[in-house]
Amino acid sequence: MLEYFLRRLAGTVPVLLAVSLFVFAFVHLLPGDPARMVAGPEASLEQVERTRAELWLDQPIWSQYVRYLDQMAHFELGRSIKTHEPVSKLIGERFMPTLWLTVWSMVWAVFAGVGLGVLSGVRRGGWEDRAAMIFAISGISFPSFWLGLMMIDLFSVRLGWLPTGGYGSWQHFVMPAFTLGSAVAAVMARFTRSAYVEVAAEDYVRTARSKGVTERAVIWTHTVRNALIPVITLTGLQFGFLLGGAIVVETVFAWPGLGRLLIDSVSFRDYPVIQAEILLFALEFVLINLIVDLLYGMVNPEIRLK
Amino acid sequence: MSATTIGTAAIRTPFGEFWRRFRTKRMALFSLGLIVVLVLAAALAPWIAPYDQATPDYDALLEGPTWAHLAGTDTYGRDIFSRMIWGGQVSLTVGFLSVVLGCVVGVSLGIISGFFGGWLDGLMMRIMDVMLAFPGILPAIAVVAILGPGIVNVIYAIALSAVPVFARLVRGTTLALKQTLYVQASRSIGVSRTKLMFVHILPGTMPAVIVYASLRMGTSILTAAALSFIGLGAQPPSPEWGAMLSDGRSYLGVADHVTIFPGMAILITVLAFNLLGDGLRDALDQKLRT
Repeated sequence: MLEYFLRRLAGTVPVLLAVSLFVFAFVHLLPGDPARMVAGPEASLEQVERTRAELWLDQPIWSQYVRYLDQMAHFELGRSIKTHEPVSKLIGERFMPTLWLTVWSMVWAVFAGVGLGVLSGVRRGGWEDRAAMIFAISGISFPSFWLGLMMIDLFSVRLGWLPTGGYGSWQHFVMPAFTLGSAVAAVMARFTRSAYVEVAAEDYVRTARSKGVTERAVIWTHTVRNALIPVITLTGLQFGFLLGGAIVVETVFAWPGLGRLLIDSVSFRDYPVIQAEILLFALEFVLINLIVDLLYGMVNPEIRLK
Repeated sequence: MSATTIGTAAIRTPFGEFWRRFRTKRMALFSLGLIVVLVLAAALAPWIAPYDQATPDYDALLEGPTWAHLAGTDTYGRDIFSRMIWGGQVSLTVGFLSVVLGCVVGVSLGIISGFFGGWLDGLMMRIMDVMLAFPGILPAIAVVAILGPGIVNVIYAIALSAVPVFARLVRGTTLALKQTLYVQASRSIGVSRTKLMFVHILPGTMPAVIVYASLRMGTSILTAAALSFIGLGAQPPSPEWGAMLSDGRSYLGVADHVTIFPGMAILITVLAFNLLGDGLRDALDQKLRT
């Protein structure tokens, strides 16, 4: 197990290096002079040159990259062009709201998705199956931003039950978490169903049934437990999907999270913030994939040997 | 049962075989019909749209649906139904071009990777793994952040995120097809490598590619609409569905129709492509069935 873990950990190094190269190259890919962008449009030529020296932009490119890696290792992310605040502070403020939003979305999506998937599998061909699968195909086709706006229209504007947006009490979480999680719940339901159907056709399930195991035990102990193994991987992958989806949902509900910070930065070309955010998202994805691999290795010993 | 029937059954073409299975999928057939209608409506927009999509009418601001304006009017008094028809051009074109671009690049990389194997395959698949590590809308936002907002950049961005999906898929099929008797036989009689890849192997990868392309159309249209909604895609006054919907945000509870109708257009279109993809998967490839 330890060897498997170390191998997986080593596997993340090239990914992180590739991403850091991309994020580093980002400044040079942008149209225009980065020193001019940081110094501002009114800065004199001397000021621009001074900024260039400060940012090491006059140094050879490899030395810039090494310095960049060194800074990242010390969490020195620079300052925002727009507000002149340290980027680490901006991101620090926005991190928790996004984390909680994705976590709660994931919690309801997993329970609803797996529940519906199992129900569908057990009652294959019945009306429950059909209803659940109609929900699932609609869930992946629904534009999340539209769903969010329709909910605001109904529950906030017309009924006045929930706040239209913002961050604070549990009421603020209901609509954003539902909106963000619905597509994931749909994907989970479809996937769980097909995993269930596949396992239900296995010989050992038939054996269990034929030796007189109760139907309840056949479903939960023999089928669902085995069907959930691939679902773990999917959950991890969907977490990454949620982080992306959060960007859109945060815009709908005026959520003070990383997603809205990213959109604002892209519109303003606040590249130190964009760089830091892309790197952060990359780190999160890599971390999630690592955790999923480890969980998978734990539940399925076969994987460790590959 | 006469001998002739058995005879025709035996020489059924691959397309005939596919059609025989596909035509039993009612939802998929209905979706295909719907897509044809949507494409025709978008293509014929200049002739069938009841109003000009860009002309303001300051006497009819934010009017609800009536017989004169089937989906009501927006903040400038423009007819929303006409704008939805025109918007279909934008959404369907963006979806189609990004899928075709991503598909051509991805399929080529996948075939080359699977066919040659070795270090080239290893390197390419590692790169694809890195790209696949970023799912959803995020890579598209990163690309738009570099290239700048706008609908053309959105096409590149969405195409890029489709490349690894097709590359992985086609690489897998190529590895399997490389071992088949007919490819081995062609190789032994000295057929060139290019011909082997693109004449003998490529057609075999198509069923899976077609299924994914259809599902990907839905995803791409949804992503493009989301990017326009958050202000990074099509810019006003473009009648793009996501951008139109974004306009309605300030009028929830006052003029809901500005938000409701463009959203329905997105939902129906994406749903149609997803249902078509599901039907194609069932009809084309038993192994892909989930």
